[in-house]
Amino acid sequence: MDPSRKRTIRLVVALSSALLLATALIYTSFTASTETKTPSQLLSAAPTPERSYELTGKVADGSWEREGAVNTFRVRDRDGTASVPIRYSGAVPDPFREGREIVVTVRRQGDMYVGERDSLITKCPSKFQTQAPRT
Amino acid sequence: MLVAGRFLLIVALVVALYGVGASLYGARRGNRGLVDSGRRAVYAMAVSLVAAFALLEAAFLRSDFSSELVATHSSTTTPTFYRVTAIWSSQAGSLLLWAMLLSVWSSLVLFLSRKRLREIAPYATAVLCGFAVFFLGLLVFLASPFEGLNPVPAEGTGLNPLLRHPSMMIHPPMLYSGYTLFAIPFAFAVGALITKRLNADWIRSTRPFTLAAWGFLGVGVMLGARWSYTELGWGGYWAWDPVENASLMPWLTGTAFLHSVMIQEKRGMLKIWNVSLVLATGILAILGTFLVRSGILQSIHAFGASTLGTPFLVLIGVLIAGSAALVIWRADDLRSESRLDSVFSRESVFLLNNLVLVAMCTVIFWFTFWPLISEALGDERSVGPPTFNSWIGPLAILLVLLTGLGPALAWRRATAANLRRSLTIPVVAGAITAVALVATGIGDAKAGLLFVFAAFSVAVIVQEYVRGVTARRAMAHEAVPVAMVSLVRRNRRRYGGYLVHLGIIVLFVGIAASSAFQQATDVQLRTGQSTRIGDYAVTYAKATSRVVAASNGRLERIDLGAVLQLRKDGRLVDTIATKRSYFPSADPSLGPVSSFFEGEATSEVGLRAGGLRDVWTVVSPSLEELRPLITKGDAVFAGPGAKISAQQREEFLAATLKGLTDSYTRDPPAATFRLIVSPLVTWIWLGAIVVLVGGLIAIWPGPRSSQRMVSAGYAARLARELGRA
Amino acid sequence: MSVIVVLAVLAIVVWLVIAPLRHGHDERAELRAASEREELEARKEAKYREIRDAELDYRTGKLSEADWRALDRSLRAEAILLLRRIDDAGVS
Repeated sequence: MDPSRKRTIRLVVALSSALLLATALIYTSFTASTETKTPSQLLSAAPTPERSYELTGKVADGSWEREGAVNTFRVRDRDGTASVPIRYSGAVPDPFREGREIVVTVRRQGDMYVGERDSLITKCPSKFQTQAPRT
Repeated sequence: MLVAGRFLLIVALVVALYGVGASLYGARRGNRGLVDSGRRAVYAMAVSLVAAFALLEAAFLRSDFSSELVATHSSTTTPTFYRVTAIWSSQAGSLLLWAMLLSVWSSLVLFLSRKRLREIAPYATAVLCGFAVFFLGLLVFLASPFEGLNPVPAEGTGLNPLLRHPSMMIHPPMLYSGYTLFAIPFAFAVGALITKRLNADWIRSTRPFTLAAWGFLGVGVMLGARWSYTELGWGGYWAWDPVENASLMPWLTGTAFLHSVMIQEKRGMLKIWNVSLVLATGILAILGTFLVRSGILQSIHAFGASTLGTPFLVLIGVLIAGSAALVIWRADDLRSESRLDSVFSRESVFLLNNLVLVAMCTVIFWFTFWPLISEALGDERSVGPPTFNSWIGPLAILLVLLTGLGPALAWRRATAANLRRSLTIPVVAGAITAVALVATGIGDAKAGLLFVFAAFSVAVIVQEYVRGVTARRAMAHEAVPVAMVSLVRRNRRRYGGYLVHLGIIVLFVGIAASSAFQQATDVQLRTGQSTRIGDYAVTYAKATSRVVAASNGRLERIDLGAVLQLRKDGRLVDTIATKRSYFPSADPSLGPVSSFFEGEATSEVGLRAGGLRDVWTVVSPSLEELRPLITKGDAVFAGPGAKISAQQREEFLAATLKGLTDSYTRDPPAATFRLIVSPLVTWIWLGAIVVLVGGLIAIWPGPRSSQRMVSAGYAARLARELGRA
Repeated sequence: MSVIVVLAVLAIVVWLVIAPLRHGHDERAELRAASEREELEARKEAKYREIRDAELDYRTGKLSEADWRALDRSLRAEAILLLRRIDDAGVS
């Protein structure tokens, strides 16, 4: 096989693999992903049951209750009051606190949204508005 | 102090601007004076920034709360060790650290290379000063670390307790050193493209700095992973968080470059590919710096919506457009000098390695930015760790195979006989491993495949060392240890590189084992109760508690913890202690007792790290049963008790809290434990150390005298042959 | 205290930046020649490393003796060419 033919073949193989990979990547991006929603978005468009959504928002003040290993709290819009109730089993991350921004994967079950295990992320608060220093 | 600091930043900015101008003008005119002045402007910038940084550190150390930064990130109860590091837990402070490290590393590199690359260096200096102008511009106009507070508070907010870990001292400076060091090969690549000097000299000078950047960034990434595992309460070391990914991407492309540049050195091939890799790595490093502080992606690290997002995006856009334009402009000078001889050659394996690494980087990049891309297309969507793992896993398995295949093949062309000689033992090692794994019924096929390839590759590397030592002994008749040392000394790049490969294999094996065979459980226990996990029976033996005061006497935190007993086959194997620390909130509306339980809480992980497996646990005490006591405590201080002196108040508070904690220990409520048994986690840290040692060996300059002796010897021989030929 | 630091820094900055400005003539031709010399030096170093790597490959069994001798010969020929070019560059 002469060298230029070899090169052409290599090029074709490389490009086809790249195309295949790219297609697979894009396909995965749509099928394996969850939609990100804020509480107001969840409330306005009735969510499909059994479908997971990634909920982002702040933990509403005064809403966090613990019963053994089960936590219930409400998540509200970052700049708003619309909120949804969440039930989350398992340990919450250390920085979890009312008023903090969180991300959690949830699924609708009746009136509640049940959080997927280990999907709760609390954003590290040290870079947000810092608390006023004590005088 | 604040005025002085701000002034020093302005000085640095002016000097950086001068550096850009002087270097560019001096390069165009060939004016050595201007070029030298431009280079020394970088030194001057470093001096100014180090001074500014020192002033700020001094303010932290003496708890000067007239500085807003000090007041909001430190306090009198913060230990000295962490006062020093608090500076980079803030947006402005971390930018100052970045700018300072950029100027220091740039100064070092420009000083070391001042007599060489004299055509390229001025352009590189201009680019580095350009970066400095950007960051200093941010510091002077948008995010000043020298803001003041009026009135001056008596106490600071304190450092976020999550950050109180030695790794947190070193992780950001390491990462930033990695990022800023990657800016240097970027700058020299730009200079080389402009001056069309993109060959052996450029490679020879750029490689050490790229290797150093790669090393620092790698250490930074590993420290972050270790911090996550030993300090945070979720028990993992990698979450595919956007900021983690951002630090990994330039490391991957940097690794690719370090391999493919060897092909350019030997065969003059892949010039466009290599320069693109270097440019991409620099851009990814800036992108990484941007991601942490932009708030555009959901991340545990995010700084939240910040005003710095737009300037960074503009910078990145300029870098991408400029790099592409430069490469296209010089495309003619970047044509390959030769072609790939054979698919069975070391070059071919390096090419494949590059493709795998770049594929990994592309996949990570795509999934990390998918939320933004999908938002632009309609609905914002995101993918989680399982998706990342399902893509990166197979690529990693392939990479493990390549780390063994590369060293086993010769350059240019490997014949069948050579393949037989080099690969027989390793293939046998892989086969034996495969049989053993199947026989013991390994549950996970992907992990199993990685182990088989790992056995193959380790065998190749060991074989290389053994054969190298044997060859050395045949030539120099040295004892084995001496032969090993001289072999490595004389071939640092090769044998340091093999050690890096060994470390990577060990690391990947650790990751595979701890991911595929991990057992985790969340369980609620009362004292005396037990649960089973893996081979262990875990008993909640007793509750612990403590009220902790800082060195200056102020109450710092309350610890509520547990001691667990580990039993295997009925025999007590170990005890693990874990606790949760409660730091008081600064909210004045809360009672003094309840403020301790409404502030930050951190977990002290209980970890039994072993050679074969780790047992990891955190505890979440139930506070419900303490509530009545807490409310009663608050009431005491709200009533007539409020009329006492501050000193007495502290004492009463301490006594009250002690009463509370004693009650907890006496009659502990149930506590929730997360227990995780992960195999081979220690191998991850060990592998990383081996990689670091290998990298240091590879980067260490060879013994000068022996180099010259070798050169003289060859030159003499060649000269003789010249006479004959 | 801060004032002293600032003044010291200013003095250092000014000295660093101003000092070299005395020399200044057009060195472009010299720089080009120096770059080409350094390029040849770098290639020579790389070539020597290749020669030694090839020998190590042979001694660790990745190359047969015949293959190695052929490779060694061609690498040394390339090295000789480089040495010649270095000498020429030095002379001119």
